Amino acid sequence: MSTEVNEIEELANREYKYGFVTEVETESAPKGLNEDIIRLISQKKEEPEWMLEWRLKAFNHWKKMTEPNWQNVNFPPIDYQDIVYYSAPKKKKALNSLDEVDPEILKTFEKLGIPLEEQKILSGVAVDAVFDSVSVATTFKEKLAEEGVIFCSMSDALKEHPELVKQYIGSVVPYTDNYFAALNSAVFTDGSFVFIPKGVRCPMELSTYFRINAANTGQFERTLIVAEEGSYVSYLEGCTAPQRDENQLHAAVVELISLDNAEIKYSTIQNWYAGDKDGIGGIYNFVTKRGLCKGINSKISWTQVETGSSITWKYPSCVLQGENSIGEFYSVAVTNNMQQADTGTKMIHLGKNTRSTIVSKGISAGRSNNSYRGLVKVNKKASGARNFSQCDSLLIGDQCGAHTFPYLEVNNPSAIVEHEATTSKIGADQIFYLNQRGLSTEDAVNMIVNGYCKEVFNVLPMEFAVEAQKLLSVSLEGSVG
Amino acid sequence: MLEIKNLRVAINGKEILKGINLKVNKGEVHAIMGPNGSGKSTLAQVLAGREEYEILEGEILFEGKNLIEMAPEDRAREGVFLAFQYPIEIPGVSNTNLLKNALNEIRKYRGQEPLDAMEFLTLVKKKMPIVEMRQELLSRSVNEAFSGGEKKKNEIFQMAVLEPKLGILDETDSGLDIDALRIVANGVNQIKNENNAFVVVTHYQRLLNYIVPDFVHVLQNGKIIKSGNKELALELEEKGYDWLKEHEAEFVAAK
Ligand SMILES: Nc1ncnc2c1ncn2[C@@H]1O[C@H](COP(=O)(O)OP(=O)(O)OP(=O)(O)O)[C@@H](O)[C@H]1O
Ligand SMILES: [Mg+2]
Repeated sequence: MSTEVNEIEELANREYKYGFVTEVETESAPKGLNEDIIRLISQKKEEPEWMLEWRLKAFNHWKKMTEPNWQNVNFPPIDYQDIVYYSAPKKKKALNSLDEVDPEILKTFEKLGIPLEEQKILSGVAVDAVFDSVSVATTFKEKLAEEGVIFCSMSDALKEHPELVKQYIGSVVPYTDNYFAALNSAVFTDGSFVFIPKGVRCPMELSTYFRINAANTGQFERTLIVAEEGSYVSYLEGCTAPQRDENQLHAAVVELISLDNAEIKYSTIQNWYAGDKDGIGGIYNFVTKRGLCKGINSKISWTQVETGSSITWKYPSCVLQGENSIGEFYSVAVTNNMQQADTGTKMIHLGKNTRSTIVSKGISAGRSNNSYRGLVKVNKKASGARNFSQCDSLLIGDQCGAHTFPYLEVNNPSAIVEHEATTSKIGADQIFYLNQRGLSTEDAVNMIVNGYCKEVFNVLPMEFAVEAQKLLSVSLEGSVG
Repeated sequence: MLEIKNLRVAINGKEILKGINLKVNKGEVHAIMGPNGSGKSTLAQVLAGREEYEILEGEILFEGKNLIEMAPEDRAREGVFLAFQYPIEIPGVSNTNLLKNALNEIRKYRGQEPLDAMEFLTLVKKKMPIVEMRQELLSRSVNEAFSGGEKKKNEIFQMAVLEPKLGILDETDSGLDIDALRIVANGVNQIKNENNAFVVVTHYQRLLNYIVPDFVHVLQNGKIIKSGNKELALELEEKGYDWLKEHEAEFVAAK
């Protein structure tokens, strides 16, 4: 058995391939957090007055809050005064087209495989890219505009569609929600805004890539997606960061609103830098993601593949308010080396006949810790509510940990809630069997892990499923020999 | 093709194989029989490269190459195939997916172009009748929720697709019903040719009515205590293993 463990140790060590730093001139605010910094951010972004006021209210609220500590992760205290809250690539003038984007940044996105250039645009994915704190390019804007779809950076949205932003921002995740949501509300710098008007099926996948580049910078993006009656959108976000010795904070807020008969499918491939194998460096990924199924028959589906970050702490949730609305959560969370993840979902059933599905696949390797934490709550009035949860944990090696914390609050007797959980290990037997068929141990592990994650990969958009598979193999490389 | 010389193997400090000698030429079928716990599966697993076993002494040559030095996947790519006594389940991985990857790895090792999806499917279609393999089993996860017999059949089907030089069948017959036994044995006979060879581990002479062995070896307590032709299997069936005990000393002395 010990040979297996040694092999597992060995396989755990491939370089993070996105760990490069881009040399661009940036314009940064000084470190630290105070009202002046918030005013500066708001002013830099030429925001309406109400936005600044909202930020300041959030900031004052945040100051009264204390950092939560109930999660199953460990990290040294964060010094919020030691973070740069605004960093933007220096630009000479406003950007009108891709040609004006700093070629270094474009090169970065190219390295990341993001289809920014014209030829790749033909592949049909509209992309918004957020570099450090600022959105640098949104492709396909015009084509989407023909359908009435708005897909732009949050900064642009605040300039061009302030009334829409004002109507919805904070309506799902108020700044009082939690410590990091309050912080984000005060200092968010950019993010994406999506609006799908009544009856429109968004003609392409929308995609945002987030990249933290500058040192000591926090990334606080804010994403808001509104799907009006009878509309549909599929949205994907990807995240990477350079390899640095210090930890960097990423505290995003994502709000989704789905009106009558509308559907939002939100997929994440999270690959922030995870720190080295001894746990030095890496991103703290503390994110609040919540969707409101406001209308009848509305649907929100979260799919996430979490491979990066030194600490991941997030619970993409659904508030099922409309009758017959549907919430889904499909998750693959991989931890290796010293990574820690405490992730899961909340399904809050408010309306009648609301349904939710949770499929969580945790994979732990190295000395990492992986926790699933999920809440299924059925309110008094939610008669006929149904939930099915399946939480599986896969262990690679014997130094890692997997934990499941399912919480259940059912206040309506007609609700049906089912929970299944399994824990398994990649067995030496399975690896040997595949070896015996001619596959290397690494390929064998990938095959086993991919098989294990199949239910989640099946719900990812095609091209991203392929990306997710590759990412998984990179993350686990070195976990078995 | 295969030459095992004075092979001694231990697991967890306990010696299981205590000096095995065996020579298999191409075109031959060797049956290995012997009581439970005598070391038959151990021998099969050691040939396939299971790393938990400690090789205390001896040599294994496969086509002149030292197998002991070789990783299990390289042995497979060289043409050693083990049909497992207990085939392993791999949830979420389809049988076809595994086979396609396996075949292309083996081809790559041999400097051949990989088969694309169409070519692979054509090959699979051609091989399916060999063991009357059902289409439905191909798209299902490897061995998951397969019946005992289906698992065994699947092993032989994989062997048919991968076309090894040496097929080691560890109790492929146990768990098969009478018809399945005939189908699987027929399959092996179709795969068999003058360039490959088989080592067939079994408890029952019945299998050997179908797959006729050139040699029968009796493994007991980690040693081959008797070798003979197919008549030996019949004799064993009749008299049991105890009958051999008295012959053991004599046999070993004669060597
Ligand atoms: N991991 C292990 N630890 C200790 N003993 C082992 C281990 N694996 C096998 N053995 C022992 O080695 C001996 C040989 O086992 P093996 O499986 O090779 O027998 P076999 O001849 O195939 O038997 P059967 O006919 O029942 O399949 C048995 O006594 C078994 O208990
Ligand atoms: Mg056996």
